[in-house]
Amino acid sequence: MKHYLSPLVLNLKPSGIRKFFDLASSMEGVISLGVGEPDFTTPWVMTESAIFSLEQGQTMYTSNAGLVELRRELSKYMARKQGLDYNPDNEILITVGASEAVDLTMRALLTPGDAILIPDPSYVAYAGCAAMSGAEVHYVPLRAEHDFRLQVEDLQMAYTPNCKVLVLSFPNNPTGAIMTREDLLPIARFASEKDLLIISDEIYSDLTYQGNHTPFANLPLMRNRTIHVSGFSKAYAMTGWRIGYACGHPDIIEAMTRIHQYTIMCAPIMAQVAALEGLKSGDSPKKEMIMEYDRRRRLMVHGFREMGLSCFEPLGAFYVFPDITVTGLRSEEFAEQLLHEEKVAVVPGTAFGPGGEGHVRCSYAYSTEQISEALFRIKRFVQKRIKI
Amino acid sequence: MLSEEDSRLLHVLSQDCRLTPEELSIQTGLTPDYISKKIKQWENDKVILKYSPLINYDLLEEERVTALIDLKLLSQRGQGYDKIAQRFLKFPQIKSVYLVSGDYDLCLIIEGKNMHEIAQFVSDKLSPLDVIEATSTRFIMRRYKQDGVEFVGEEERPQRLMITP
Repeated sequence: MKHYLSPLVLNLKPSGIRKFFDLASSMEGVISLGVGEPDFTTPWVMTESAIFSLEQGQTMYTSNAGLVELRRELSKYMARKQGLDYNPDNEILITVGASEAVDLTMRALLTPGDAILIPDPSYVAYAGCAAMSGAEVHYVPLRAEHDFRLQVEDLQMAYTPNCKVLVLSFPNNPTGAIMTREDLLPIARFASEKDLLIISDEIYSDLTYQGNHTPFANLPLMRNRTIHVSGFSKAYAMTGWRIGYACGHPDIIEAMTRIHQYTIMCAPIMAQVAALEGLKSGDSPKKEMIMEYDRRRRLMVHGFREMGLSCFEPLGAFYVFPDITVTGLRSEEFAEQLLHEEKVAVVPGTAFGPGGEGHVRCSYAYSTEQISEALFRIKRFVQKRIKI
Repeated sequence: MLSEEDSRLLHVLSQDCRLTPEELSIQTGLTPDYISKKIKQWENDKVILKYSPLINYDLLEEERVTALIDLKLLSQRGQGYDKIAQRFLKFPQIKSVYLVSGDYDLCLIIEGKNMHEIAQFVSDKLSPLDVIEATSTRFIMRRYKQDGVEFVGEEERPQRLMITP
């Protein structure tokens, strides 16, 4: 039946993660460092409020843009935490996870012939969504020697006049890199100069371990150029609820809402109710999680450095991205052999773009006992390779 | 007010108090020297009172019963609550003593081998005390969660997918 399929979809590559998932799932006794989701469950106050709302019969559609109370509360949160003013009536859209927000933004902005600048390595969905819009993908390398921060020189190299959109995703999945205000300023100047729009995926903005996060829209002249994308999955441990949002200029949010209304209608009401409760309860549910991630982050970075791998210190998200080139293996070989020999699952860096070669992504959203055991096994694996 | 560094240290320590200063150093980013001094200081200042494991006795074949005992006190001239509470502290059976608001004044947590032993203790030692007007004893039937740790249901925890983006 393949000849019926759209050429766009036929050319869409399956995510590198999927391939590895199938391999790891077929084995027993595996310790995985492979997940991109918290090991906490959603704070109970949020879950409870959703259960209560269901009991009360709140099981209907909401407006396309999402519950107005949620948009209002989100607007307050954006002002309080991110220093940004968004009108809840026409500048905020509630989506089914940040993933939908990324997809909607790209579909609203890109047409065949346009090009999009995507940092490499980065989250697997950007290139896939861009391809679905028929846009050309131009990768911009994030380099280990710059702590995986985007450099304007690299942007310049990847830029062509048909580039319309730049994706930013800091704190970054898979590297854990963050970018400070000073790091972002030259990028903002470049965006103005080249008239680029920015999709800034800041889903990990609450998970930083040194200094405060700078939202890209906060930089001079960037508010209207930026579609700020985020969600509740990571900071509130709500991955399975599928609840995210986009904030930006009313013209763009309106266009995204139109696509959303035909394809999704609205985000699930119970997820919206839970998210609303989370925003109302302030930051306390998140604090304990962040402290615990910080502890595991330090444990993992130390473990990799101690076994002789170079490992840059990630200051955001919950990933460590060690350099494995000293073993003489490529990323995929490393991940496959490690899985077979030591039954530890990590994700090859190349799953996040060609620039991930030479690295593997390890999540520290696991208990310290699991992390210690995984590090012990990885060390045994690595030491055999380094000696050779 | 705790500094950011010290609350980090207390967090890790409260997760696992067996860690050495070197291990704590890895997980907090503070120096082992600072950690040793800080812990010593907390111990001296009685901020840290004891290091003790959280034991699930239900899994050991050992008889053990816990009861919450509420006491209503008769107010007596010259005897404040603090002074009366002192009279309960020395009984080894009494694990905790709290001054509480509401219908009763003190709440005790008592451990014993079985219900009979606790009942005996209440009738022999507590009830006759002239400061006590009434008691109410409630036995703990099952422990679901204590000190932030869930005692049941762990085995039913839903599994995450092994690899996700």
